[in-house]
Amino acid sequence: MTNPNPEPDSSAAGPAGTGSPDKAPASEEQATETAIGNTERAEAATTPSAAQEPRPTLGRLFLENLWAANTFTVTLLSLVLAMIVGAVLMIVSDPDVLATYAYITARPSDAINGSWTLVSEAYANLFKGSVFDPGATTLNAALSPISETLTYTAPLVFTGLSVALAFRGGLFNIGAQGQATMGVILAALAGFLLPLPPGLHLLVAVLAGALGGAVWGFIPGILKARTGAHEVINTIMLNYISVYFLTWLIVQNGVQDPNRTDAISRSVDASAQLPRLFGDGLRAHVGIILAVLATWAVAWLLNRSTLGFELRAVGANPDAARTAGMSVTRTYVLIMVFAGALAGLGGSQMVLGTTAAALTPLVIAQIGFDGILVALLGRVKPWGVALAALLFGALQAGGNRMQSYSGISLELVTVLQALIVIFIAAPALVKAIFQLRAARAARLQTSLAKGW
Amino acid sequence: MSTTAVPDVAVAPVDEGFWTRTRKVGVVLLALGLLATVLFGALATGEQARFTLSEDAAGAALEVNGTVGAIVFGLITLAAGGAMLARLPKRWFMPLLAVGLVAFVLSFLCWQVSAAPAGQNFMPLVNIVRGTFLLALPLIFGSLAGVLCERSGVVNVAIEGQLLMGAFSGALFGSISGSVWVGLLAAAIGGSFISLLLAVFSIRYLVDQVVMGIVLNLLALGITGFLYERLMQTDPTRYNSAPRFSNWEIPLLSDIPVLGPALFRGNIFLYLALLLVLVIHIALFRTRWGLRTRSVGEHPTAADTLGVKVLGLRYRNVIMAGAVAGIGGASYTLALFSFTKNMIGGKGFIALAALIFGRWSPTGALLAALFFGFADQLATYLGAINSIIPGQFLAMLPYLATILAVAGLVGRVRAPAADGKPYIKG
Amino acid sequence: MEPGEIHALLGENGAGKSTLMNVLYGLYQPDEGEILVDGKPLKLRGPSDAIAAGIGMVHQHFMLVPVFTVTENIMLGAEQVRGGIAGFLDRRRARREVAEVSQRYNLRVDPDAVIEDLPVGVQQRVEIVKALTRDVDLLILDEPTAVLTPQETEELLTVMRSLKAAGKSIVFITHKLGEVKAIADRITVIRRGRTVGTASPEASRDELAALMVGRSVRLTVDKAPATPGEPVLEVSGLIVDDDRQVRAVDGVDLTVRAGEVLGIAGVQGNGQTELIEAIMGLRPALAGTVALEGRRIDGWPTKKVLRAGVGYVPEDRSVDGVVKEFTVAENLVLDIYDRPPFGRGLSLRPDAIATSASERIEQFDVRTSSAQAPVGTLSGGNQQKVIVARELSRPLKLFIAAQPTRGVDVGSIEFIHSQVIRERDIGTAVLVVSSELDEVIGLADRIAVMYRGRIIGIVGPDTPREEIGLLMAGITPDGPGSEDEKA
Repeated sequence: MTNPNPEPDSSAAGPAGTGSPDKAPASEEQATETAIGNTERAEAATTPSAAQEPRPTLGRLFLENLWAANTFTVTLLSLVLAMIVGAVLMIVSDPDVLATYAYITARPSDAINGSWTLVSEAYANLFKGSVFDPGATTLNAALSPISETLTYTAPLVFTGLSVALAFRGGLFNIGAQGQATMGVILAALAGFLLPLPPGLHLLVAVLAGALGGAVWGFIPGILKARTGAHEVINTIMLNYISVYFLTWLIVQNGVQDPNRTDAISRSVDASAQLPRLFGDGLRAHVGIILAVLATWAVAWLLNRSTLGFELRAVGANPDAARTAGMSVTRTYVLIMVFAGALAGLGGSQMVLGTTAAALTPLVIAQIGFDGILVALLGRVKPWGVALAALLFGALQAGGNRMQSYSGISLELVTVLQALIVIFIAAPALVKAIFQLRAARAARLQTSLAKGW
Repeated sequence: MSTTAVPDVAVAPVDEGFWTRTRKVGVVLLALGLLATVLFGALATGEQARFTLSEDAAGAALEVNGTVGAIVFGLITLAAGGAMLARLPKRWFMPLLAVGLVAFVLSFLCWQVSAAPAGQNFMPLVNIVRGTFLLALPLIFGSLAGVLCERSGVVNVAIEGQLLMGAFSGALFGSISGSVWVGLLAAAIGGSFISLLLAVFSIRYLVDQVVMGIVLNLLALGITGFLYERLMQTDPTRYNSAPRFSNWEIPLLSDIPVLGPALFRGNIFLYLALLLVLVIHIALFRTRWGLRTRSVGEHPTAADTLGVKVLGLRYRNVIMAGAVAGIGGASYTLALFSFTKNMIGGKGFIALAALIFGRWSPTGALLAALFFGFADQLATYLGAINSIIPGQFLAMLPYLATILAVAGLVGRVRAPAADGKPYIKG
Repeated sequence: MEPGEIHALLGENGAGKSTLMNVLYGLYQPDEGEILVDGKPLKLRGPSDAIAAGIGMVHQHFMLVPVFTVTENIMLGAEQVRGGIAGFLDRRRARREVAEVSQRYNLRVDPDAVIEDLPVGVQQRVEIVKALTRDVDLLILDEPTAVLTPQETEELLTVMRSLKAAGKSIVFITHKLGEVKAIADRITVIRRGRTVGTASPEASRDELAALMVGRSVRLTVDKAPATPGEPVLEVSGLIVDDDRQVRAVDGVDLTVRAGEVLGIAGVQGNGQTELIEAIMGLRPALAGTVALEGRRIDGWPTKKVLRAGVGYVPEDRSVDGVVKEFTVAENLVLDIYDRPPFGRGLSLRPDAIATSASERIEQFDVRTSSAQAPVGTLSGGNQQKVIVARELSRPLKLFIAAQPTRGVDVGSIEFIHSQVIRERDIGTAVLVVSSELDEVIGLADRIAVMYRGRIIGIVGPDTPREEIGLLMAGITPDGPGSEDEKA
């Protein structure tokens, strides 16, 4: 997975940013876990079983849950476990440090110090690249890590929501990658082919992205509804079809950059680009605001709308939903169209935002597949997904700095992300490793796909 | 005997009515035949289309006038479609379908070869066959890994990761030890490692198998990519210069025209793949292990009541599958290329497609893998003769074919009944 | 257990019969206590130990791999192999063995037939052959007659007698008193996981029934005579196929009037399920008409049928009736969530849903910790009450209840029955389908008997049980067995 490198930090003049204007929490990771923990506690408090006992104070509940295998603790410990495995990988792949282990019995301090320096520097850079760099001397430099994190977060929120929404409807959308690809294609085409005035141009480009994804979601949806063909298989296949379509399209006349011979398209017009949030020096753009709005919209859709009721009923028990008069097939199609549109929106940000302005074969990186991880980490709840995307965005942003400053390959971030999800998907394992008490409500519902 | 021959219970109630499957397929064939006869016939040139029995333009060849060939084969497809509509007995369905499709491809080739730039109006069959098998190799190993897993009820979406891990460990340990055999063993172990994770998390911790597969693919991508950058890129001679298996020529067999030079002068992986297909096929349908494996994939509770150790069998098969896929990954790094990041590049998912397209049977998977390999090789060939057909669209073919297959347009496919469902006692 | 004895284990649904036998078969581990075989304690770590100890079991839900042949199913787990570690299957020997056993005990099975193509009765025979090829001395039959027609049941009883004659012991689990009296040598009655008594087959039905449920059961339902009005539901010439494209409903005509209960009796699997699903628009009808108050509703989507004033309690509660993950409140509005006051346009009104839920819970005596508890945490009887409450809380013209009290405790049964009668008394047409003949006799004002996709007789509730029983077996007074040619 290749991520477009961040633009170099611009050291524009500005006061030293000790107190960042954003009320940023101490770390993204902590923010995520605290928030997830909060929702979990809130749920525990409203479960009927709690209603019969004398209701404990929030403080007591907090202490009780702290070492129980609840979502908060499991997520935190999964992160810790993943970072430990990451550290081991760093050490075994560093010949110099590894050499010190040859004489570890003679001089253990060498090995320990060497390993500590290597690992702590790498993780410090991860933090500095994503949250805050204490060495920053300008406002822009101080804001830069947050800005980078938000830039990477925005598309992941959309693909994560796409996967999560489908999950709640009982469908496993592995096709967010393909839907995002179709989204980025249509958004880019609208961005450089249509001569439209500013404002309208952006709107049309964003909607084109949603449309591309929606069409690509509609196909597995209608196939599932009409023929019972499993959406997992079809979405996987459509992912690859979209990639080949993209690589073909890029080199066509009118699409390819006329000044280039390699596979890169023309650039999206400035009138179709998402405005930046903190001025030209920082990459954060309006996409993150759209992401928050989308999260709110999906949350409302799921919990406060009749459509969401239907969707959840179909997801939990399609037979009962059908018996109660709901149209399961119509719901499946709708779910996939919505999920596709969300993923398409995420894809569109990859050319309308600040990461790139032109189509390349790898323009959307892995945002679709990462979206699956984000959805799982966010426990397929909209706000959980948004926070999980924030954590993943931070890891991406920090990973870039870790790569350039510590020489630790960005691939480590992929490893960390995969490991976190593996651990949270198997809370029993984390529980066993850390000998946690069983918690009241801590089951991750991932068992949704029903085989082929 | 094969379970795929069993009449199917439809997944969703499909209204059959007038449009039976035979009729639908017949109409599709008619349309294809018409397309071939008219369009390919018109576009083909009067040049002789030569299908040489060698690696270049020289030697004996099957020749046909481009226009004539395109039209004749197009008519054959039309005839097959017509015959299908004429309500022939059911057993004629598969032969007619095969004839129709093959004739369509031939018509297409007559057009393409005859319309190629002057001097290139030939298609070297040896190259095509060899390329087909070469490109199909990782698919065969991968889909066999899928067969082993899914026949015992564990969905294997992690084929990509198993192939990648196998390729990586084969390259790494092959380089360090300087021995192909150590490399091969390491590849098998590397693939099994990913499989082991799949087995433990999906069987013991009941994590959704598809989720686990997806995550493991990313994990394999991350770990191999990370170690590639840290080790192989910094010191390629030490870590990424594995010895390669040389080609073994099989006496007598290698003298068969076309097939001989294409198939029997290959490397160990080619022979191993074909052998494995045979062995797994026989084992699955003729042995005690196979009967138990299939029962565990279809109805684990029934198997359990008869004293079959469901979970143990699943563990064993999943890990074996990883070893098979790992060896498949090594067919790249211990025979053809040195390791690069993400070198499997989606082949694992085509293998998954081959598994489904081949209806979860080893021989079916082999045929599907060869079909996909052929599409891939054809794309290369058409690129070389500057065809107007973009290679990307041929590359889409496996994925499109699979979508059509699961949608029930090319015969219904049915997965093992318990595929993807964790077995919980009681 | 003595050799050559048929021991009946009698108990209500959920009394713990099947659990006990699963322990005996090694599928579950006992928490306490021990099992004695030939006076020696036996430790069963799994089914293979049980098989080795000579215990075989025919499960309530058959343990057969549907896509395997009869021989493959029978050899599984006890394969005859050749070729050393390769373990090639010796199919010929296995097939011979199957033929031998099926001949010896007169159990006709085709060794090469594929299970999913076989009728239920034959599948059961395969199960018995499977156990016999393993040389069992003790055979456990778990509710073997639940899915059988009376003839098939009679055949099974014959087989059991011949097994007994061959010296095999049989544990026969059931809740049907008649069969027990017909075949058992000894009867053990189980209630709520405890043995509450043993009896000999000479004991009267009432005695056994009282032992089973713990108090004298009222098999009748208090009700006034019906006052039928205009026809509400009219079905004529209805033809429906099941999931496997096999004809399930073969030309059914029936009429249900306002203010009466029409009960459909019949052995399970004679087309009742498909008939109801076709009326509800859940399954396409191939021919025939369905009319509600004179208006044709066949071909309507389910939602429209429900909205036209039809209430429906599906037969499989946990599959079709409730969404277990949803709260009680959500399940109570599962089919009206998008109608005011619960939903307006696209938005949902959780407070309206909650208010209505607490009323229903009160009114229908649903025992739950809260309206916000997931329905899956409730007992079967209370889940069923949630469904009944949901369906009866809107004005109905027709109320259809399929197996309304299956797997429901006695208290809930009485409550549900009284609700059904109450609905009748306010002038709703009621259609009750049940495979429990006693339930149909108790509730119905007219009884239609369904056999092989047809209504083969409509009788009054005072008709003797035996007569209805004959009808259920397809034997009409005018022509015994005339329907059999259809098969």
